[in-house]
Amino acid sequence: MNDTKPQTQPEPEKKDAGKIFLEEVTAGPPKHLPRWKRRLQSAAVPLLAIFTGLVMGGVIIALTSEEVWQAFGVSFLEGLKAAWQSVAAAYSALLKGAFGSPSQIMAALASGDPKQIYVAIYPFTESLLATIPYIFAGLAVALGFRSGLFNIGAEGQIFLGAIFAAFVGYSLTGLPMILHIPLAFLAGALGGGLWGFIPGWLKAKTGGHEVINTIMMNYIAFRLSDWLLTGPMKRPGSFNPISPTIMDSAMLPKFFGDPVRLHGGIIIALGMAWLVNWFLFKTKWGFNLRTSGTNPRAAKYAGINVPNSIILAMFLSGALAGMAGGNEVLGVNYNLAMAFSSGYGFDAIAIALLANSQPLGVVLAALLFGFLRNGATNMMLQTGIPIDIISVIQAFILVFVAAPAIIRTIYRLKKPAEAEEAVVAPSWGGG
Amino acid sequence: MAPILELRGITKRFPGVLANDHIDLTLEQGEVHALLGENGAGKTTLMNILYGLYQPDEGEIVVRGQPIKVHSPRDAIAAGIGMVHQHFMLVPVFTVTENVMLGDEETRRGGFLDRRVAAEKIRQISEQFKLEVDPDTYVRDLPVGVQQRVEIIKLLYRQADILILDEPTAVLTPQEADELAKIMRSLVEQGKSIIFITHKLREVMEISDRITVIRRGKVVGASTPEQADQKKLAEMMVGRAVVLEVEKEIAQVGETVLNVENLVVLDERHQVAVDDISFEVMQGEVLGIAGVQGNGQTELVEALTGLRPTQAGSIRISGKEIAKATPRQITELGCAHVPEDRQRDGLVLSFPISDNLVLNTYYQPPFSKGPNLQEGSILALANKLIKEFDIRTPGPKVTAGSLSGGNQQKVIVAREFSRPIKLLVASQPTRGLDVGSVEYIHRRIIEKRDEGCAVLLASSELDEVMQLSDRIAVMYRGKIVDVLPADQATKEGIGLLMAGVHPETVEATSSD
Repeated sequence: MNDTKPQTQPEPEKKDAGKIFLEEVTAGPPKHLPRWKRRLQSAAVPLLAIFTGLVMGGVIIALTSEEVWQAFGVSFLEGLKAAWQSVAAAYSALLKGAFGSPSQIMAALASGDPKQIYVAIYPFTESLLATIPYIFAGLAVALGFRSGLFNIGAEGQIFLGAIFAAFVGYSLTGLPMILHIPLAFLAGALGGGLWGFIPGWLKAKTGGHEVINTIMMNYIAFRLSDWLLTGPMKRPGSFNPISPTIMDSAMLPKFFGDPVRLHGGIIIALGMAWLVNWFLFKTKWGFNLRTSGTNPRAAKYAGINVPNSIILAMFLSGALAGMAGGNEVLGVNYNLAMAFSSGYGFDAIAIALLANSQPLGVVLAALLFGFLRNGATNMMLQTGIPIDIISVIQAFILVFVAAPAIIRTIYRLKKPAEAEEAVVAPSWGGG
Repeated sequence: MAPILELRGITKRFPGVLANDHIDLTLEQGEVHALLGENGAGKTTLMNILYGLYQPDEGEIVVRGQPIKVHSPRDAIAAGIGMVHQHFMLVPVFTVTENVMLGDEETRRGGFLDRRVAAEKIRQISEQFKLEVDPDTYVRDLPVGVQQRVEIIKLLYRQADILILDEPTAVLTPQEADELAKIMRSLVEQGKSIIFITHKLREVMEISDRITVIRRGKVVGASTPEQADQKKLAEMMVGRAVVLEVEKEIAQVGETVLNVENLVVLDERHQVAVDDISFEVMQGEVLGIAGVQGNGQTELVEALTGLRPTQAGSIRISGKEIAKATPRQITELGCAHVPEDRQRDGLVLSFPISDNLVLNTYYQPPFSKGPNLQEGSILALANKLIKEFDIRTPGPKVTAGSLSGGNQQKVIVAREFSRPIKLLVASQPTRGLDVGSVEYIHRRIIEKRDEGCAVLLASSELDEVMQLSDRIAVMYRGKIVDVLPADQATKEGIGLLMAGVHPETVEATSSD
């Protein structure tokens, strides 16, 4: 009688770290609270994380300044003063670089000379310009998270998007703008989508983990673009690995005159944020993806084709990342050069995390990253503090978002009500 | 002699809930004291206080006449109190010895682990209390029942003599539960004392020496198995008269709905799990599938609902072949499925109740229009079903994961029963639920039967199968050994069939 098969008893649900992580980054505040309270609750940790990240960045700026150390050598008070000064100088240069100088903008507006106005608002528009690819790539990673997938391959998908968009941009001639821009942009989406589709298909059919495969696909994408730029896509007559310039008809239109480079891509990016939000949370297709991502077994039970959902999610995620690449080619660079993307796809992971994988949150987080990145250039010029400090600040913000307990402890925040219930439930509900 | 453990006036408040309200409890040395109550009555909270996981707002804990403060499980263990949780706290890739040593390591000079001494100690404990655990096997290779014994050894190794067992039988087969009962006996005979938390009446009657019933955080009665009967205990527990027997009319049997012929299904390891079986379920009847867990019931149900591919044979619903159909096609044919593991298969715990209530109909009108989900219709349905099926929740937007087990099952039952269905496949529909919820779900199933639905009920609770079914099929090693009308079935007869012993062929198989 003891030879019946091994037990198939219900075990406590086994969660791997990835699963717990995904739940954490997609969990929302309890739904029964009033809307504004929910908003506030879900924004509290990210906002405080940003603040704390900036404070930590300030500490590092102070500690790495030779003058501050010298001042500390004189007296503690002098040291503090010098520290304060160096941080204040750094951050004010950062703000100025990100937003422009208010007095200059006011003066330019008063003069009414468009040229002057453009120069004055230039820093602000440059920040917005840097935000655009972050929005696309952040949406890509967020859509993946919501579908239970870690798309670490946004960077490679960006390259593919850029390659496709550039090719359509320079090789098709004689098209009107109204056709050429959408065609080139969609080609970018297709290229990224294809690069997402492959690891998606591998996961659905063979179970190969998307984290590994998307990382590997990144390397293939980098080398593929290197090869194309030294071979088939190389600009004729050029010694540099750079593609031909795209046709005028494929260039995204600009809003203002020189030197302002801000272009129509920002409207597409905001439109995509709205579209992704609608798709994920308001449509049955989004329901498919979210259910498959959250509980594949229940999704199968509910009649959802889980492998197809995985493939679709990876394709769409890749397509969004591809748009970031297309956007850079069609709106900023007008050609494809080696290593044109400086890690947008990796920063996008941080953006999606900071945004709790909410499309609106992605826009806000992308703005933060865009303004930080752009402002840091000015900070480096003005104060000599290396631009890399921004990466440190971003990393701090991420740590605090990923480990919300730190923030809750520092600021004595209460845990979200539902989390508290969940702690209590096993005691009086699990008996 | 003073009682070994006394709880005096223990009170614990959670926001909005009085989980324990001045609870008094005494545990004598050498007894099994059952703590009986429904889910949410406050049993586990009380034990978590005793174990130092929560601090009481009022009251005191007295061990061997000494009042003590328990701030952490460490304090509890120091006072000789040990607890086996419902969900085991074992490291699967460690051996039994390593698991037992964890946190209380036996070391040689220089801080090296001394596994041999520890293993020897475990062997002794295992022998003394007839636990039959090999210290050198890996925990992941052990069946659940043995893993539980490893948990018990962990406590004995730390010289606990007050053992708290939290719903120990919830994860066990009937056989394993019987073995556990023997082990508990042997433990108390050798001077240990046990608090046994449960909501299963039969076990209380069989195992315990004394019984304390709590309801809504209060002690509502104390008794002994000799004085009490199941009905009285159930009433104390629920607070009203309970129908333990399911009342039902004679089945009005109609046409065949489900027809299974020569079905073969494989399990994960590509072994035959369902071995060439054939049966029918008619309109208006309940066919119960009895059997010890792991004899192919799970695979059968999964094959019927499209979750598992079939190897050979045919499955027809109202004449339509579905052996190769997808879960969605089967659902659309009017088949409802209450899955065995509600949290893993039946619900998306992080989704709101409203989304879970349309989990398999969300894509149809009125819940979708074109690609757009119709939030209004979904919420309207949710509000209606919450009322109709008495789901206890603050609202439809609360996540399914924050509900109690009974209410989670009600969400599934509401979703599946509120559709127009002609076949209901229910697998372990009341596993882990309290008496009140069990009664409720049984009544709903019989209601469906009386509406003319064909019901297939797979359950490892023999009582449940016998009470609900009109015919009972017994599965053993992937085969249906016999199908008999419920009024001719006896517990003993079915028990023998479940063990693979066919009454007519006793001689032939007795060597088994």
